[in-house]
This record gives sequence, structure tokens and C-alpha cells, in this order.
Amino acid sequence: MDFFTITLPISGVEINALLLVLLGVAVGVLGGFFGMGGAWMVTPALNIFGFPMPFAVGTDLCHMAGKSIISTRRHAKFGNVDMKLGFIMLAFDVVGIEIGARVVMFLEKLGLAGPVIRWVYVVFLALIGILVFYDFYKKQQLDKAGADEAQSAITWHETLHKIKIPPMVKLPVAGVECSLWLPASVGFMVGLLAGFLGIGGGLLMMPALVYLIGCPTFVAVGTDLFTIMLAGLYGAFTYGVKGRIELLAVLIMLAGAAPGAQIGTIATKYIRGYGIRLMFGVTVICAMASVILKQVGWGGAASWVIMTAVSIMTLVVIVGMFKGAAQELRAKRLSHEGH
Amino acid sequence: MLIRKKVLALAWGLAMVLAPVGLMAEGGEKQGKLVHVADTRGLTGFNLYFADLYNTNRLLFAIEAVLITVIMGVTLGILMDKLVSVIGLDLSKRSVKE
Repeated sequence: MDFFTITLPISGVEINALLLVLLGVAVGVLGGFFGMGGAWMVTPALNIFGFPMPFAVGTDLCHMAGKSIISTRRHAKFGNVDMKLGFIMLAFDVVGIEIGARVVMFLEKLGLAGPVIRWVYVVFLALIGILVFYDFYKKQQLDKAGADEAQSAITWHETLHKIKIPPMVKLPVAGVECSLWLPASVGFMVGLLAGFLGIGGGLLMMPALVYLIGCPTFVAVGTDLFTIMLAGLYGAFTYGVKGRIELLAVLIMLAGAAPGAQIGTIATKYIRGYGIRLMFGVTVICAMASVILKQVGWGGAASWVIMTAVSIMTLVVIVGMFKGAAQELRAKRLSHEGH
Repeated sequence: MLIRKKVLALAWGLAMVLAPVGLMAEGGEKQGKLVHVADTRGLTGFNLYFADLYNTNRLLFAIEAVLITVIMGVTLGILMDKLVSVIGLDLSKRSVKE
């Protein structure tokens, strides 16, 4: 394995390049599949590999931007990106981030920031997990009752769409017409939580787009990635100016993330939206378990849980993609033979 | 007048979008006073160029890092598209629904 060990030119960190490529593949697959930046996986992993924390964050943001470009291009070709919705959400999301960050500063002064943030994070992850599983269960019941395939199990968005405070906006890709204040306030709330919890927000944005705005799962994933791409590019720039990017590591990770992002994104073509939601729920619960373990002082076990969950989910998505692709190619061959 | 208004609105929008990310970069552990210098001894080629640029001009380093990331992302995306189309997968439509 020494063959793959390199010394990074800026931070001077010695690292196994193969590990960086594998991390890139995993985060590419899961990011493209769930519509997340994956900072909650990459930053701690880089830190474990020996990166000082500011370098881990900066390098992750830069890599996240490159990876999101690959995934967003692919999702845009599938027609999954609602740019109008993305811009509205992002504009209000960042206002929320700013206020959330200030709340953290206030809590820090009181000496309460660490535990309060972690437990709020746990509560939200638990709520998202429960919501996703409940939604999946209800959908199964609807399917058994012979309901329309397109019918959603949780229909909060339908109630929210009835609030018609002007101006109204048409979001053609998402297939939604609602008050501008709906995506604006959802974006603001997601940003507020993301700023408070110190995370990128993809983990919150994806379910918010599905359950509150009423986006189909695929459009939620694509639009989420679009906003992550824009935020990641600026994050890369600002961390670059502050000298906290290890460009060589970014490029090595991107080499793994490129095929990974394609696999993750193409897998959304073969796996039902509700399948994506269910896997997302499992990932959220694993992230929650990891935060709880860290809070009670079991840092090693926390890393183990997150890395195992990431590895298993990555394998499941890869297998799903290859099975779907094999089926499609077989069907194509049969149809050619038929002609 | 209308154009000026539009430019101002665009600038304000961009500032709103981008400023908090900058704040996030400032956050966390305070590293403002820490001056990090890359050790260029023994480096060659690409690594030497970027380590030198890192030590001498951070703004240019940041701009080039972002540009390279974008170029690499787009190039790898196009290469992967070609690879996938060679395999014969139809990436223009999906068959599964919600």
C-alpha cells in the first residue's frame, strides 16, 4: 500500500491516494443518488486521514463543487433540475444560515453551543427518519389499496399550496404553482437549521423539497445538487483565499467522484423515488446514531458507524445501478432481435 | 435606469447568496492569525507551481483552484457521458416513477 502513499504539497499531510479515490467514489455515488454534498461524510473522514480540520472543510467544499457539477449536469439532462426553485431557495437559505450562525455565536457565549447543537441535530435527524419511514409505510398501504402510482402518501405540500399569498410562482420542472413565500420560507428555515447545526443543508433540503414544496423525489435531488454546486463553488473560492484547500487531494477525490457521481445519478433512473426516500431514511438514522455516539464520548464507534453505513449504502446503489442497466441493455437487445 | 436597477438587484442577489458562505469559512476554529507556508523543497511540476502560487498569491491560487475544479468537473462529466453512451444506456429518459 506504500506505493499509493503521497505527500500533499500544501498541508504536508502524508496520505494514501487510494483512500482518497475510494472516498471520492463513495461520496460521488451517495451525493448523486440522494442529492447531498456529503460534507457530513467527507469532512470527518479527511480529518481521520490526518487533515487539519480547516483543510478538511476547505478541501471538502472544493471537491463538493466539482462533484456537484458532474451530478447536476447529469440530473439536468434527465430534466430533474428546477433552476428557478433552486435560486429562490438558495437566496433565502443563505439568509437563514446567517441568522442560524449568529444563534450559535450567542449559545457559544453562554457555553452551551456544543451539546445544544448536537442534541438539536439528533432530534431533527430522528424526525426526518421517522417521517421518511412513516411516508414509506403509508405509500405501501396505498399501493396495496390500488391507489394511483403518482399519489403521495404525505400530502402536506397540498395544504401549503392552498396558501395563495402573492406573488405566485410557477415552477415548471417541479410541476408546482405556489406562493413565492412557500419556497422562500422553506429555504429560510432549512438555512436557519443548517447554519445552526453547521452542516451544508442537503440532508435537510432534500426532504423539505419533497414534503413541503411537493417536488417529485428526482427533482428534489437534482435541484438540491444545483444549489449545493453554487454554494460549493463560492465555498471553494473563499477557503482558497484563506489558504485552506489541498488542490491535489481535491483532484484525486474528483477522479473517484466522477464515476461515482455518474453511477449514483444514473441509479435514480432505475430505483423508484420511494426506494430513494427509504434509503435516505436509513442513512439519516445512521448519521443520527453516529452523532449520539460522539456525544457520549464514543468517537471511534461513531466513525465506524458512519463509515460502515456509507460503504453499505454505496454498494447498494452501485448494485441497483448495474442491475437496472443490465435489464435495460437486455431489453434493448431483445427488441433489436425482435425487429 | 432599468438596466442599472437590474444590475443592482443582481449584485444584491449574488451578495446575499455568497456572503454567508464566507461567514461559514470564517467560522469554526479561529485560524486567522495562523500563517501556513507550503514547503516547496523537493516539489516539481504541478505541485511546485501550485505550492509556489499558494505562498505568493492566495487570490490567484483561489481563482485557479476554482477554475481547475470546474474544468475538471465538466471534463470528467463529459468523459463519463461518452463512456456511458458507448455502453448503450439511454440517459435521456427514465422509466421508473415515484
